[in-house]
Amino acid sequence: MSYCVEAMDPARKRTVRLIVALSAAVLLAVALAYTSFSASSEATTPRKLASSATVGATYQLTGRVQKGSYTRRGNVHDFRVVERSGGTASVPVRYVGTVPDPFREGREVIVTVRKGEDGTFVGEKDSLITKCPSKFTKSDS
Amino acid sequence: MPTLGRALILLALAVALYGIGAALVGGWRGRRDLVDSGRRSVYAMAVLTSAAFLLLELAFLRDDFSWEVVSTHSSTTTPLFYKVAAAWSSQEGSLLLWVWLLSLWSSLVLFLTRKRLRDVVPYATAVLLGFGAFFCALLAFLESPFTVLAAVPQEGTGLNPLLRHPSMMIHPPMLYSGYTLFAVPFAFAVGALIRRRVDADWIAATRRFGLGAWLLLGTGILLGARWSYAELGWGGYWAWDPVENASLLPWLTGTAFLHSVMLQEKRGMLKMWNASLVLATGTLCILGTFLVRSGVLDSIHAFGASTLGVPFVSLIGLMIAGSVALVVSRRDTLRSEHRLDSLLSREAMFVGNNIVLVGLAFVVFWGTFFPLIAEALTGDRKSVGPPWFDKYTVPLALVLVLLSGIGPVIAWRRATWRNARRAFAVPVGSALVTVVGCVAFGIAEHVSATLMFAAAAFVIGTVAQEFWRGTGARRAMTGEAAPLAVITLVRRNRRRYGGYLVHLGIALLFVGVAASTAFQDERDVRLSPGQTTRIGDYDVKYVRATGGLDFDAGGRLEKIDLGAVLDVRRDGEPVAVLRPSYGLYPSRDVQNLGPLGRFFEGETTSEIGLKAGVLRDVWTAVSPDTQALRPIVEKGDKAFMADLPKMSPEQASTSLTLAVTALTQRYARRPPPATFRLITSPMVAWIWIGALITFGGGIIALWPAPDAARRRASARAAARVAQDLGRA
Amino acid sequence: MWIVGTPLRAGPQAAEDAHASEREGLEAARDAKYREIRELEMDHRTGKLSDEDFRALDRQLRAEAVAILRELDGLH
Repeated sequence: MSYCVEAMDPARKRTVRLIVALSAAVLLAVALAYTSFSASSEATTPRKLASSATVGATYQLTGRVQKGSYTRRGNVHDFRVVERSGGTASVPVRYVGTVPDPFREGREVIVTVRKGEDGTFVGEKDSLITKCPSKFTKSDS
Repeated sequence: MPTLGRALILLALAVALYGIGAALVGGWRGRRDLVDSGRRSVYAMAVLTSAAFLLLELAFLRDDFSWEVVSTHSSTTTPLFYKVAAAWSSQEGSLLLWVWLLSLWSSLVLFLTRKRLRDVVPYATAVLLGFGAFFCALLAFLESPFTVLAAVPQEGTGLNPLLRHPSMMIHPPMLYSGYTLFAVPFAFAVGALIRRRVDADWIAATRRFGLGAWLLLGTGILLGARWSYAELGWGGYWAWDPVENASLLPWLTGTAFLHSVMLQEKRGMLKMWNASLVLATGTLCILGTFLVRSGVLDSIHAFGASTLGVPFVSLIGLMIAGSVALVVSRRDTLRSEHRLDSLLSREAMFVGNNIVLVGLAFVVFWGTFFPLIAEALTGDRKSVGPPWFDKYTVPLALVLVLLSGIGPVIAWRRATWRNARRAFAVPVGSALVTVVGCVAFGIAEHVSATLMFAAAAFVIGTVAQEFWRGTGARRAMTGEAAPLAVITLVRRNRRRYGGYLVHLGIALLFVGVAASTAFQDERDVRLSPGQTTRIGDYDVKYVRATGGLDFDAGGRLEKIDLGAVLDVRRDGEPVAVLRPSYGLYPSRDVQNLGPLGRFFEGETTSEIGLKAGVLRDVWTAVSPDTQALRPIVEKGDKAFMADLPKMSPEQASTSLTLAVTALTQRYARRPPPATFRLITSPMVAWIWIGALITFGGGIIALWPAPDAARRRASARAAARVAQDLGRA
Repeated sequence: MWIVGTPLRAGPQAAEDAHASEREGLEAARDAKYREIRELEMDHRTGKLSDEDFRALDRQLRAEAVAILRELDGLH
């Protein structure tokens, strides 16, 4: 019956091929899912971060730069980030390097931070994103 | 005027709705008059939206601040060039641009196909008009650019300085042209599936429009990358930002389609796959359009929370559901006529290429939408960064480049190992030489870069060999001189050699990406005038600070430029003198920032100091410490607060200008230390060179074969076939 | 209005004969087949195919072209 292998029924051959393709796709999907969960940083808000954050863990912080909180010494930028929609909770952030051009007090920022020993959240290099204020937004003035 | 604009949009909506009905009934009942009328509705929509768009542009050019969009996105100080572009910097304006381009492209396509595909066109017309009606409805009822302000302001907000780059003029229209032109293959696929007609004629039309859309979208993406590199004080060209990814997705699936459709054309294979790819590409284009304006994902391309979520999600849902229903219900029509003969054949390479491209698209999709996926699964919003993307895209890109070299030299149906060996000797040789070179230069520890160089060398070897052999064959046949032979070779085989050039361009582009990623030196450093720092092989000296003022045509201060003069040397030899600067645009917020402070606390942009080279770019940006000026500015503010009420407007403006001039000069004379970002990046230029070659190759492949030549070729082939017939 | 309305003024018009689209499809298929024959020749001349393979495939493609031509003739 060895010739059966060679002249495998076309329908069965197709099924085999389909199964191989599907399992490759599933494998890729599992790899994507697994690595993306382990490599991701939690998107969070100042309020959540202020109440619970683990030292050494990274978070993707979204909020607004608090008015009057920004100071700069050379490359070192210190500011506090408050809730996007207002509110009182805020967290201190230290960012070393160059801040994007639109960075300003009152602007919305996204920054990946790691909680340090002293409770300051240290921004990761090049992770600070400032939202452009005018593109595609209704003016809020 | 705004009322007229609104009326035009409403009329366009009405025409579109009528046209949908006419085209559908015409298609259904086989009534050509109704179908023609439906097509003319598309033309009418193009005329109406053109008029509406013109009105909007005129409002911007006339500084008519009674229009809300004009007052929030332009100002009298905005340069003329950017007033034109400001029209699409707003949500509403960009939607109008979208529907305008859609109606133009649709009109062109329907005009070109007016005598072809008669049974498919009615449904395609209806689908295109459906998109048009959708966007017109958004413009009419949800995001109208024709909103009038009750109180007309004296001055507008101005165009965001970050958008003031020549690319603003061409990047969005290109991107939108790509998006909207991809709606055409989508529409034709829907029509073809409804009529169960996925034959050669349908392929020919779809392929051509798909290629055009692919080219425009690719150009748009590249211009965006170039813009980011040359304008943003960041120094990168790609950040895996959701909006970038959204434009990449349809481009990837579109690339896959352009390849796999050849299998259907030649072998009647992969019909279902091709139909699905076209439908997916069209859907991804709408998804991309939506993503830019939804606020669903956090992106550097700022979004406002908008009212467009529900209609867009409904449209996308409808597109997906309709596509799935069509493909499933037509699966008997979409059955393959042949199966893969051999794994060593061009068909197999195309299948491989499709798997890689769709895999890439899936990876990008997953990473982009991961925040939503994670939130749905765990309740926490999480996101992945560039390292995660790189982990998957780098190996996939490697395989892709390699396949783009293997595919062209392998024969259709079945290749033999003997021929393959002959075809691969030169390309494999050049790849090996490249690897040896990388080892010799000591850069082989960057494994992925070395592999990419080798893969690119392989592709370059293939393409060169193909041109060489093709020219040789042509000369043997006609005795033409070599240069003429190359030209006629390309002219007679546009698709083939245009495609080879595209592969070459993409390989060069990836060389640029790999080299600039692996061998980039980047430093953020704080310098005072006179100090020198080292970046890569270069010594950069901060010679002095500069300060200047830019005035607009009306004599008003447009921006303050605080810059630096950098002397770049290599081994003591002067390389370039770079002048990066930092532009401060005055804010209109006198209340909070003060009469003088407003000049220093407004929007800012970086002007890059760039020494571009074929082998290496030296990229510099400066960020002056304006906080050091703050005490003086505050003192000035107090003085002006006291004195301004006593002055006439002219006096006030003159003395403010004097004060700003003095401060700027003071900065140039005695500058505080400034922060510099310095980057040396090898071979970035090859990204742009590769893109240009790709673009040129795409144009060649797209250029229609002259009718006469096509007829001649067909006649000759017919004669030969007829001869055959006689023998049989 | 005028642009859109023009075709309707001529009164209802039926689409041309049902074979029209079929014929267009076949003509496109014929042209694609001719192109394929030409490309095969190109592949052979640039050394991607051995002589035997070329002859076999060329014969097959021509047979396919002939089949299309016959079908086209059948429509007239």
